[in-house]
Amino acid sequence: MMMLAAILALAVGTFLIRLAGPLLRKRLTLSERVETILKAGATVVLLALAVTSALMVEGEFAGWALPAGVLVGGVLAWRRLPLAVVVVAAAATTALLRLAGIA
Amino acid sequence: MRDISALAAGILIVGLSFGAIAAAEGVPWWQASAMSALVFAGASQFATLGIMTAGGGLLAGVAAGLVLNMRHIPYGMAIGDVYWTGLRSKLLGTHLLIDQSTAFALAAGKDLRRARVAFWTAGVVLFVVWNVGTVAGALAGGFIADPAALGLDAALPAILLALVLPGLRDKATLLAGIVGTVIALVAGPFLPAGVPVLLALLGLAVMWRGTGTKAAA
Repeated sequence: MMMLAAILALAVGTFLIRLAGPLLRKRLTLSERVETILKAGATVVLLALAVTSALMVEGEFAGWALPAGVLVGGVLAWRRLPLAVVVVAAAATTALLRLAGIA
Repeated sequence: MRDISALAAGILIVGLSFGAIAAAEGVPWWQASAMSALVFAGASQFATLGIMTAGGGLLAGVAAGLVLNMRHIPYGMAIGDVYWTGLRSKLLGTHLLIDQSTAFALAAGKDLRRARVAFWTAGVVLFVVWNVGTVAGALAGGFIADPAALGLDAALPAILLALVLPGLRDKATLLAGIVGTVIALVAGPFLPAGVPVLLALLGLAVMWRGTGTKAAA
């Protein structure tokens, strides 16, 4: 129920954000600085979400298998390997570590 | 067109992953599918989904997703005229305004007719692929008995990392990202899920001062 509410709220909010651009276009121009900050804001939130969800589960250390897998995926993404490879390698690393008894 | 098919293949993979991750987290397939159809903005869907399934509140989950989508404001300002014709194309075009359709429209330069073709082609093709991928991934994900044993929980942070890497090439953004992430990690154990990630935005203060000094110089 909460999930459904979140989906609808995100959908409506996102549509309004998308609508804002063309409507504001004639009335104001964003300074380069504001545009940079908006873009950087998205990057900062994504990075924080990636790192925290790799290291923490419910406010506590997630164990080694999860961050190790994410790290492998991150290195491959940095080497510009296809996303499918990144995802499979990350999941496989975590799965194998768990199979080996490392939480 | 070749560019679009390469992009479409990538989006299909992300869509499949989104559906599968949602299913692994116990979200019904039709909810994941509705999210892809109604929101159509991958990063924000992953963020909101991740925070909500981690037990975060409605407000924090939606706010994180919306912050990620704020970048669409400058997109709409830059290429809004491409689809700002009839009422129907205004509404549809607004929904199809994404990173890739913006990039394709911009790549067409000043030629408005080419920009229109590029925008609608990228928007429609990627919308179809994204939603097909989500439905397929969500249905397939439902058959996975033990997502943790398969390491599926590593998929979401890995995808986020892959999405964020291009943006980190800018040094000021990287610094803001590191400061913000440290803040989020320190706050993590004390605050409800989702809130630490929003606190990470404080990292932007580093940038604000940085660009300010440059402007003054």
